[in-house]
Amino acid sequence: MSFTEQPSYAARAVDYLFVGFLFVAALGSLYWASQAVDAVLGFHAIVFAIAFYLALFVVGKQLVTGKGYRRPQSDELVYNDEIVKAGTIASTFWAIVGLLVGLIIALQLAFPVLNFDVAWLSFGRLRPVHTSGVIFAFGGNVLLATSFYVVQRTSKARLAGHYAPWFVFWGFQLFLVVAASGYVLGVTQSKEYAEPEWYADLWLTVVWVVYLLVFLGTLWKRKEPHIYVANWFFLSFIVTVAMLHIVNNLTMPVSLMGGKSYILFAGVQDALTQWWYAHNAVGFFLTAGFLGIMYYFVPKRAERPVYSYRLSIVHFWSLIFIYIWAGPHHLHYTALPDWAQTLGMTFSVMLWMPSWGGMINGLMTLSGAWDKLRTDPVIRMMVVSVAFYGMSTFEGPVMSIKAVNSLSHYTDWTVGHTHSGALGWVGYISFGALYCLVPWLWKRKTLYSLQLVNAHFWISTIGIVLYITSMWVSGMMQGLMWRAYDSLGFLEYSFVETVEAMHPFYIIRALGGALYLVGTIIMAYNLWQTAQGNVRQKEAATLLGNTAPAAA
Amino acid sequence: MLEKHAVFEKNSILLTIGILVVVAIGGIIEIAPTFYLESTIERVEGVRPHTPLELAGRNVYIREGCYVCHSQMVRSLRDEVERYGHYSLAAESMYDHPFQWGSKRTGPDLARVGGKYSDEWHRQHMIDPRSLVPESIMPGYPFLATTPVRKFDIKAHLSANRSVGVPYTDAMVDNALADLESQVDEWSDGYDDFVARYPDARVRDFDGNPDMISELDALIAYLQVLGTMVDFSEYNPEENLR
Repeated sequence: MSFTEQPSYAARAVDYLFVGFLFVAALGSLYWASQAVDAVLGFHAIVFAIAFYLALFVVGKQLVTGKGYRRPQSDELVYNDEIVKAGTIASTFWAIVGLLVGLIIALQLAFPVLNFDVAWLSFGRLRPVHTSGVIFAFGGNVLLATSFYVVQRTSKARLAGHYAPWFVFWGFQLFLVVAASGYVLGVTQSKEYAEPEWYADLWLTVVWVVYLLVFLGTLWKRKEPHIYVANWFFLSFIVTVAMLHIVNNLTMPVSLMGGKSYILFAGVQDALTQWWYAHNAVGFFLTAGFLGIMYYFVPKRAERPVYSYRLSIVHFWSLIFIYIWAGPHHLHYTALPDWAQTLGMTFSVMLWMPSWGGMINGLMTLSGAWDKLRTDPVIRMMVVSVAFYGMSTFEGPVMSIKAVNSLSHYTDWTVGHTHSGALGWVGYISFGALYCLVPWLWKRKTLYSLQLVNAHFWISTIGIVLYITSMWVSGMMQGLMWRAYDSLGFLEYSFVETVEAMHPFYIIRALGGALYLVGTIIMAYNLWQTAQGNVRQKEAATLLGNTAPAAA
Repeated sequence: MLEKHAVFEKNSILLTIGILVVVAIGGIIEIAPTFYLESTIERVEGVRPHTPLELAGRNVYIREGCYVCHSQMVRSLRDEVERYGHYSLAAESMYDHPFQWGSKRTGPDLARVGGKYSDEWHRQHMIDPRSLVPESIMPGYPFLATTPVRKFDIKAHLSANRSVGVPYTDAMVDNALADLESQVDEWSDGYDDFVARYPDARVRDFDGNPDMISELDALIAYLQVLGTMVDFSEYNPEENLR
């Protein structure tokens, strides 16, 4: 491959505009910090300023000295794999952070003394660090890495933009750092999975628009006439998350120099908007995006075509159409109007079908390659992931039925349901993708060790089973205890008796979470060794080579 | 039919527009009507905006993530009504920006906790929950009693609320700071004006420490008003069938 150090004038103009933006943003952040009325906002303004100055230094140096300022000859296809490498490293890092915080808060529920009566260590502040950490930091980085990889390969085109993809990557990390440090320091909007305050939300909006442009820009350069099915899912994830994020975070800051804001909507309308957002964070961030991963990595690893093109089309459009309606099932028997509850329930039950359409398309892709389940633990992980997807998308519609929901809502059953989807589906399809990507990107023939993948698989599977079964039992038990009556017609249990009864299950859940974390650490070690180019000597003779050439 | 789909597969802009249209429909049909259908929010007497001190307490509640473990939404189920009180009305949270209905009950529902326990119970419970409820798994919040409540920009908080639709009057916004201070002191100069603006508000030293208006004062003031604004002895749900 050859590079040119004389990019076109248009490309240079864009680069100089970017430097100008960084310069203004850096100065603006410093001014903002000087005027801040909150200590936390001042701190965050300084974090922004440092980030902008670092970027200014790196980009400005390249432009001024010409050193490292180069891009591929326009007639030659060179994939941007450096950005994907960065994404895989960030994914692994945030997975461990997010899961570790999850383990800590699980232990706090079992042993409240671990809150230490300190504000920034207490459950209420750490819980969003866990949820945002695993959903947005881990899941988001996996989606960035895989979508950037897949859109290039399936379009036969280099990623659009020179600095733009890096702006998306580092801009997203900056958002994550501001969000997580804000939670610990008490900055929150109190909208679940949308906790960051207005300034972090605005920043994420900017990053997200650039993400969409990079993705679309790559599609515009494609050499393939058709847009591959995985990209439909990635595109719907990017577009819909933008819509959800903007509407749900409409808010009125108390002051532009302070962190606090008041959400535009109130009460029942705000509740409905929030759960429209939150359920579709599940539907589009954690489902559509990861289905995009499934549609590329499962066929690639199994060396089989996607089972049904027709099913892809039908389940894609029906999935994204129906998902949007499902939010009200989080608000059954509340002050939300009955018609909205019933509508939400109806669409939630219907959602079962397009969800299983995706599961069937994923699983049946293995047709003729089922023997690989025995020999390739990576494909096993992805297949089990799709099976978990099928299970939780069956459980979800069941729980959305009002009669079932009256028992399950507000209890740990919901937590168990979430985690069968998160640990089983999202976690495993991500791990599968990472196990594929690292040898491809670092140009290694094999993973460092398949036995370690196997160990990861079994340890974390036992972890998932402990987690979801304990939450099923504790959730149903708590729901039943709340509504139990004695023979005289009085409520049988006080609330705190139900809290006491959950203690053993909280310990089992923490153990399950710990096993899952151990599995992830094993993966991190395995990926690290793979990137180093090492091969575990004991297994050298039996290791599977890559199933797909990296440049395909 | 399926061949027609190639139109979307060959044009990324058409695909993007198609996605946007398909995902917008559900939200528009399901959410928009709740803003204009009058039956969404009941007509009831008594629901008023929070006093400045209650609002400050609510902000502490949000900051510490209380909503993560406590709901504020009594569902219309027999056991919940018997355990917590009358099921929650939409009207009771119509000035809540954002709502605090919650999604999980690791601890009990708080929609009607106002008046259920004494101020002293709350004070002790916040400082050391297990001294009152040995089986409790709630974190302790002893630092609230020693942290002064943030009040210097309370006026701006009321006016931000007003700009998103909470019916604070000019007098309420202009006197926000005085009202905050008056609510913990029955003998203050501003007492009469405060009670005139917020007729049913409770005025007392909530945390028992007259030297400081603490975050605990604010939080207890907020907890003690929860679910108490509507007089359910006079509430007739049939009147709201419209």
